Amino acid sequence: MSTPFYVSPQQAMADRAEYARKGIARGRSLVVLQYADGIVFVGENPSRALHKFSEIYDRIGFAAAGKYNEYENLRIGGVRYADLRGYTYDRGDVTARGLANVYAQTLGTIFSSAGEKPYEVELVVAEVGETPEGDQIYRLPHDGSIVDEHGSVAVGGNAELISSFLDQRHQDGMTLSEALKLAVQALSRESNGSQREIPAERLEVAVLDRTRPQKRKFKRITGGQLSRLLAEGTTTQTESESAEDPEGE
Amino acid sequence: MEANTRSTGRLPAAFLTPGSSSFMDFLSEHQPELLPGNRQLPPTQGVVEAPHGTTIVAVSFPGGVVLAGDRRATMGNVIAQRDIEKVFPADEYSAVGIAGTAGLAVEMVKLFQLELEHFEKVEGVQLSLEGKANRLSTMIRSNLGMAMQGLAVVPLFAGYDLDRAKGRIFSYDVTGGRSEEQGYAATGSGSIFARGAMKKLFRDDLTEDEATTLVVQALYDAADDDSATGGPDVARRIYPIVTVITEDGYRRLTEDESSRIARSVLERRLEQPDGPRASLL
Repeated sequence: MSTPFYVSPQQAMADRAEYARKGIARGRSLVVLQYADGIVFVGENPSRALHKFSEIYDRIGFAAAGKYNEYENLRIGGVRYADLRGYTYDRGDVTARGLANVYAQTLGTIFSSAGEKPYEVELVVAEVGETPEGDQIYRLPHDGSIVDEHGSVAVGGNAELISSFLDQRHQDGMTLSEALKLAVQALSRESNGSQREIPAERLEVAVLDRTRPQKRKFKRITGGQLSRLLAEGTTTQTESESAEDPEGE
Repeated sequence: MEANTRSTGRLPAAFLTPGSSSFMDFLSEHQPELLPGNRQLPPTQGVVEAPHGTTIVAVSFPGGVVLAGDRRATMGNVIAQRDIEKVFPADEYSAVGIAGTAGLAVEMVKLFQLELEHFEKVEGVQLSLEGKANRLSTMIRSNLGMAMQGLAVVPLFAGYDLDRAKGRIFSYDVTGGRSEEQGYAATGSGSIFARGAMKKLFRDDLTEDEATTLVVQALYDAADDDSATGGPDVARRIYPIVTVITEDGYRRLTEDESSRIARSVLERRLEQPDGPRASLL
């Protein structure tokens, strides 16, 4: 029988964190932005059927980067949690804050229990409010911490680069088309500074639209509507961009 | 169970176990006591007195289907509620109207709505209309124990079938037996009278406006002959609930729209109390 090596807790945690981060970095990043009428989710996803974004409850949406089977598992857990809570109490008692807490506890317990492999996922839980001030966006990294975000957030491998790009350019009260184009611009940036083209059919886009008359505010944007939004005011956009460029970079 | 939804701890194992896309299946494994069908029934003598909903009618027309209900709930010979709602959207493309024990029926509708929504969220696609109708069958069947004690729930289910591009109506019996109805259907205590009215007025080529008028005529006839069905209450401004489901989804007529139809029907009835007449041959 061999004597196990001593590994300090710091080292063990650092190893686990690195393992999880590497797993997350293998996938493409995605972004979640506030716009005037709600919250938009944008990501690159070649699959039509396997989603990165989905509806959890009336006003709550979910986005995830990382390992599909792990975040899908968490997503379904979240839907079960929300539906059961809404059924037991009232639909209004299901909140993004509550859901984010449950996810944080779940991820945190898995991350720090030596017997389990840490989840290679990074989540965003967003809830659209009656007004932009009521919007809530929570980012949940693999270790179970919660970050309360405003305006814009990026998760996934390239997240740091993309969020700093978004932080500089995102404004309150953007239209859906403006926010969408900014998101695509941010996602097309490579770590070496170059740009690549993401065609519309590789984009997965969804919104939580507070102006929808239905109680369920989550909606996917696909096909014609997506191309229209991407094309909207393209000429004015390039003009303002070139005007802005000298001071921007 | 190590935790439940009332705390904000880690998600219990049951939540993260891969399994069925059905919310009812999840409940029956995780918290079976929340399912209406699992309730322990105390022995009772005689019939339990509880408010009952009465008449629901449905008519299909090219392009969709109309589902409507009166507003009266009765308990024995007493009117328990004058403005009860008995027609609910089940999801974007279907609706359910309920007759029978109101409390249980409303609970059943709530669970049914959740069942459809849960499936849609987990799977990313809607159930087929047939699938939804079958799911409702299962729920009624699970209520059989209470139905035997007089607490029956008998719904009418209508929806727009996106695959077949038409409106369809399903009726149920107390044991969960399901049958698809052609053209029109009714359930509840006033249904025999409503069905008679619809039989005479129904045509295959109704417009949406004609179909909504037809259901109000039928409900009027039901209220005329059945004491448990309420007619349009002009004094209190309580009108039947009329819903239309088409390719564009579920829509409930606004109070203005339903009051307009109800008032025009009522006005004609002041001159001709038995309503429109079908030709003899």
